Amino acid sequence: MSEAEAEPKISVRGVRKSFGRKQVLDGVDIDCHSGESLVVIGGSGTGKSVLVKCILGLLHPDAGSIRIDGTETVGLQRVARERLLQKFGMLFQGSALFDSLTVWENVAFGLVQGRGMERSQAREIALAKLASVGLGPEVSLLRTAELSGGMQKRVGLARAIAAEPEIVFFDEPTTGLDPIMADVINDLIVKCVREVGTTAVSITHDMVSARKIADRIAMLHQGHIVWHGPTAEIDHSGNPFVDQFINGRADGPIKMQVRAA
Amino acid sequence: MLRFVAAIGAAFLTFLTGTGRLVVFAGLTLATAFTPPFYLRAILREMVNIGYFSLPVVGLTAIFTGMVLALQSHTGFSRFAAEGAVATVVVLSVTRELGPVITGLMVAGRVGAAMAAEIGTMRVTDQIDALTTLSTDPLRYLVLPRLLAGLITLPILVLVADIIGVFGGYLVGVYRLGFNPEAYLNRTQQYLQTTDVVSGLVKAAAFGFIVTLMGCYHGYYSRGGAQGVGQATTHAVVSGSILILVFNYLITAAFFGR
Repeated sequence: MSEAEAEPKISVRGVRKSFGRKQVLDGVDIDCHSGESLVVIGGSGTGKSVLVKCILGLLHPDAGSIRIDGTETVGLQRVARERLLQKFGMLFQGSALFDSLTVWENVAFGLVQGRGMERSQAREIALAKLASVGLGPEVSLLRTAELSGGMQKRVGLARAIAAEPEIVFFDEPTTGLDPIMADVINDLIVKCVREVGTTAVSITHDMVSARKIADRIAMLHQGHIVWHGPTAEIDHSGNPFVDQFINGRADGPIKMQVRAA
Repeated sequence: MLRFVAAIGAAFLTFLTGTGRLVVFAGLTLATAFTPPFYLRAILREMVNIGYFSLPVVGLTAIFTGMVLALQSHTGFSRFAAEGAVATVVVLSVTRELGPVITGLMVAGRVGAAMAAEIGTMRVTDQIDALTTLSTDPLRYLVLPRLLAGLITLPILVLVADIIGVFGGYLVGVYRLGFNPEAYLNRTQQYLQTTDVVSGLVKAAAFGFIVTLMGCYHGYYSRGGAQGVGQATTHAVVSGSILILVFNYLITAAFFGR
């Protein structure tokens, strides 16, 4: 394997991030290779979203290094950051669709505003992406408030992949959906990732979803990655944190805070 | 005693931090005006929103202000037989002070609050982060069009308010107080100078910038769901209104303080 091939698509080293006195990330180390689907699992409030926002540049880490294709991204200036963001797509937990725009305008937004594409051309692409997530052209003229939760997720997914980014982030893609719709979304993510060869980083606490979409799973707990490995090995990780989490047990090394400190 | 001093110090530091953050926010936003892409359609949309849709409330406020002013000044001036000054007082008060201030306050309540609520909701539902991930600068796309629209539209709105306010004074002066219409109009023009109108328009531009800046700033930094958006809306209106009164004094002093 050449040196270029060995270079991870995303390399996170020693990333620390705190909010006031609360240390959320405390030296996170993780790699994700090109074309790989990495899922970060962990309980609520363990910093999964903060980690993804640091990689995207929406939050600035207090310390550490984040490399994309071997290039350091921490401390990037505005123009370089905007160029880097063209490599990314993101499906937000609540979909984060723009409620002042129609469905197709949401999907085409990054193409028109971010890349200066003609609206007519962007509309064609938006309709094709909507079709790829199972939504017909009749949906394209609706406002986002008129859509169900599952449809909003699918529109969010179409928007995330509209510009065919190199890396797509999925933040809790199945949260709040019924099991059938959750499986539909999982299938769409697998299809998008496998067919296009995109690198995917997902964060979830839904183990059904994690097993379905992940090539590799990493567990975040108290600001550290406490285990990572191939999806097939997660049931035999030998890690007490992972065992407790994937089996959903209240007893174990992970103590849930039930009262304010 | 030490605690009391510490509390004052902490409040002062919070004030300085907030002021610094506001200035940086405004500076970063204005810096985006000099490089493409330019969102002209968004500016026009905001101009319609701020200007056209504020016309009814501003018009109503202006006409009643002019009417009350004519009535009050007539009541006061009749005590020393100076009723003839009513038209002059109305036109100078409206163009110099009441037109811009009342329009600014009305727009702060209507537009500043709406901007804070809209941008605040976008913040707490991750829509602003989504803009960033779609290679779109939120300051350039969301904030700059609103600031420019406020800056351009408020003077036009104040010009309309001036005309309606003077007309309100005319209605009361002629039909209630019995002034001769021609004499009233002559008096209105006689002492009115260009500086009176220009100072009002400069104030309007400043107020337009202040109102939209405070709406966008408080919305942009809102936190914590519906409650945070509600607080942002309140802060936008309160701080916008106070700054309008402060800058009204400063601009008046700059124009007429000598």
